[in-house]
Amino acid sequence: MKCSNLRLYIHYVSVIVRSTMQYKTSMLLMIMGQLLVSFSAFFGIYFMFQRFDSVKGYTYSEVLLCFAIVLLQFSLAEMFGRGFDLFDGIVRRGEFDRILVRPRNEILQVLGSRFEITRVGRMIQALMIFVYGILTSQVEWTFARILAVVFMLLGGCALFSGLFMIYATLCFFTLEGLEFMNVLTDGGREYGKYPIDVYGKRMLQFATVIIPYTLVQYYPLQYLLGRTESVFYIFLPLVAILFLIPCWLFWRFGVRRYKSSGS
Amino acid sequence: MKKYWAFFRLRFSMGLQYRVAAAAGIVTQFFWGGMNILVYRAFYETDAEAFPMSFQATSTYIWLQQAFLALFAAWMVENEIFENIMNGNVAYEMCRPVSIYNMWFSRSMANRLARALLRCFPVLLFAAFLPAPFGIGKPASMGHLGLFLVAMFLGFGVTVAFFMMIYGLTFFTISPNGLRILISSVVEFLAGAIIPLPFFPDKIRTVLELLPFASMQNVPLRVYSGSMSGEEMIKGILLQAVWLVVLVIIGKVLLAFAEKKIVVQGG
Amino acid sequence: MITMEHVCKSYKVAKRNAGFGEACKALFHREYEEIRALNDVSFTIQDGEMVGYIGPNGAGKSSTIKILSGILTPDSGKCLVDGRVPWKNRIQHVGQIGVVFGQRTQLWWDVPVIDSFELLKDIYSISESTYRTNLDELTGLLNLGELLRTPARQLSLGQRMRCEIAASLLHSPRILFLDEPTIGLDAVSKLAVREFIKKQNEVHGTTVILTTHDMQDIEALTKRIILIGKGQILMDGTLEDIKQGNANIDETIAQLYRTYDI
Repeated sequence: MKCSNLRLYIHYVSVIVRSTMQYKTSMLLMIMGQLLVSFSAFFGIYFMFQRFDSVKGYTYSEVLLCFAIVLLQFSLAEMFGRGFDLFDGIVRRGEFDRILVRPRNEILQVLGSRFEITRVGRMIQALMIFVYGILTSQVEWTFARILAVVFMLLGGCALFSGLFMIYATLCFFTLEGLEFMNVLTDGGREYGKYPIDVYGKRMLQFATVIIPYTLVQYYPLQYLLGRTESVFYIFLPLVAILFLIPCWLFWRFGVRRYKSSGS
Repeated sequence: MKKYWAFFRLRFSMGLQYRVAAAAGIVTQFFWGGMNILVYRAFYETDAEAFPMSFQATSTYIWLQQAFLALFAAWMVENEIFENIMNGNVAYEMCRPVSIYNMWFSRSMANRLARALLRCFPVLLFAAFLPAPFGIGKPASMGHLGLFLVAMFLGFGVTVAFFMMIYGLTFFTISPNGLRILISSVVEFLAGAIIPLPFFPDKIRTVLELLPFASMQNVPLRVYSGSMSGEEMIKGILLQAVWLVVLVIIGKVLLAFAEKKIVVQGG
Repeated sequence: MITMEHVCKSYKVAKRNAGFGEACKALFHREYEEIRALNDVSFTIQDGEMVGYIGPNGAGKSSTIKILSGILTPDSGKCLVDGRVPWKNRIQHVGQIGVVFGQRTQLWWDVPVIDSFELLKDIYSISESTYRTNLDELTGLLNLGELLRTPARQLSLGQRMRCEIAASLLHSPRILFLDEPTIGLDAVSKLAVREFIKKQNEVHGTTVILTTHDMQDIEALTKRIILIGKGQILMDGTLEDIKQGNANIDETIAQLYRTYDI
């Protein structure tokens, strides 16, 4: 990324944050709301483990670590990639035309059009669960394991951003019935709270081949939890970043189609 | 009564229009239901002893929940009502010679019912053909089936009445959006939409079962499979009726206050 | 210089019939209707010209503007704007043009206008000195002074339009597209906006293409009018050409619409 692009992005974000600050009470309450909302998911896990000691060999604290990392991945992607997530509105209101008449990369402008500071709430919560998970887990923290977590966050954020991008591209074709994409985005977050092999072998295959969730969740988690010594697993999340390439090509195709149909 | 029937019909046919959205919703719900069942299967395979209801009853619970999602989902609130309250357009609605409460109540019912009707049959049909413990089971008895319908109707009423109360509260808060997000996540959880109430720790569960949230989807979804029966079932259904009446009264009082507030302060 | 030669553009629109049965059929098979938005459109606009582009709704005005501003790719025909093909190298092209969509805002709603301008400075990579000069000039001519420190949402329509126009001229574009710039404005703002556009054209030689339904705009601003209807250029001439003694321009245009049955 060029330096001037990064500067412009920061400028965009600062304008949006200042806008949000205009409504301070509302912002604070939204952050609070976001903070509390996903606690229901946490309690869902907590109550299940009041009853069960483990699930498919994963203990409570191991599931919590997994849950927290996925939640962080998702909220990072949602915070920065909100422009894609709300793209149906951008197309519907004709904001994309405005983007096209400005001499900048379209993706940069879409990303710069929204920035969801209130998602900090969800991240705070994810961090709390993460810390709680670390404290109760028996994971020995080595440099390699910390690296694995960092890579998981990077790769996961990229993966979810890619999915948001696919959703946005579909908006060029139709604005109806895009709800099914929630299966991949919200579903990825909701069902990513358990390590994917909990759902069975076939789901594990699906989540490796079709959409590479396992690269940012299951495999590096195996290393994190000490089930494998293979250092190779640490770097798998970085492979997930490659998922952005087909997403990007699809996006380009969508923009071309938008420019020829103008709808 | 005729007026509200008209509102109901209008909203209902509007709701039926979104067919593509419904198709997408059905796909989503197949997936959601399937994934949920896989989670419970994993827990069941790990420790079948600790399972509070039979696996078949759990699957049935989940598929019924997906099929009738629109009747009970806490996040399916009427955004239009929220917006009207926030931007003050509600004043226009008050000019009409009808009770706002009844009008909004019939509107919410129609919207939810239309969505549920569009979505329930494909989901039920699909679930009926799944192999034994994963699909939807038969009702415990004809009596249970009948009471299931009654309980579902009551639970639907309790859900709508509860959110009528929230619309009433919206008049008095500074951040309706914050309130909405918070309330819907709390309701989802306490109603048993995240995990069914039997999976809650027993102490918490005994308290929860007295709250209005348990009178929403918990009773009908469990009556069907017989996971709730006998005296417990009758008590549950009676409690539903009580909550319906109580919530409607609270809602009406709140809205009356809100109307007064608007008349005095001009919105 | 802008040239358009034999430009055609048609859209496919899915036919929709009422009724449940029809809707079910549409799930499997869709019939498309072809709508010709532009049918062999040609014209040339010289540097520094000011042109009124008029026609009823759906005549193809906005398709033309979209093609010229690089948002839309035509099916066939040639189009050059200052030697560039608009849709080929979008980023390079749009840096040289300014666009005002009358009905939509390009300002950030909740921050003071000056913050939007600063952001546009970064978006268009305008140098500090050019930005200063242009901002000072625009502030003076459009009388923005106090408005710059006000959030856009608190501005009246007229005040906002003045800011919108300034926003699209900060990067000194050679060509300015104005899409209904006076819609909904009060009389004072209308006059101010017209006066400004005129001056901009005279002083900087900016080419201005204006679409509008307000014939007073046309009368006050442009010598040349292009009339489009059903995707075709019906008339391209001076205001005097089409007026033909008829005093009232609204009547003239209404007459024209009737003659061409559009």
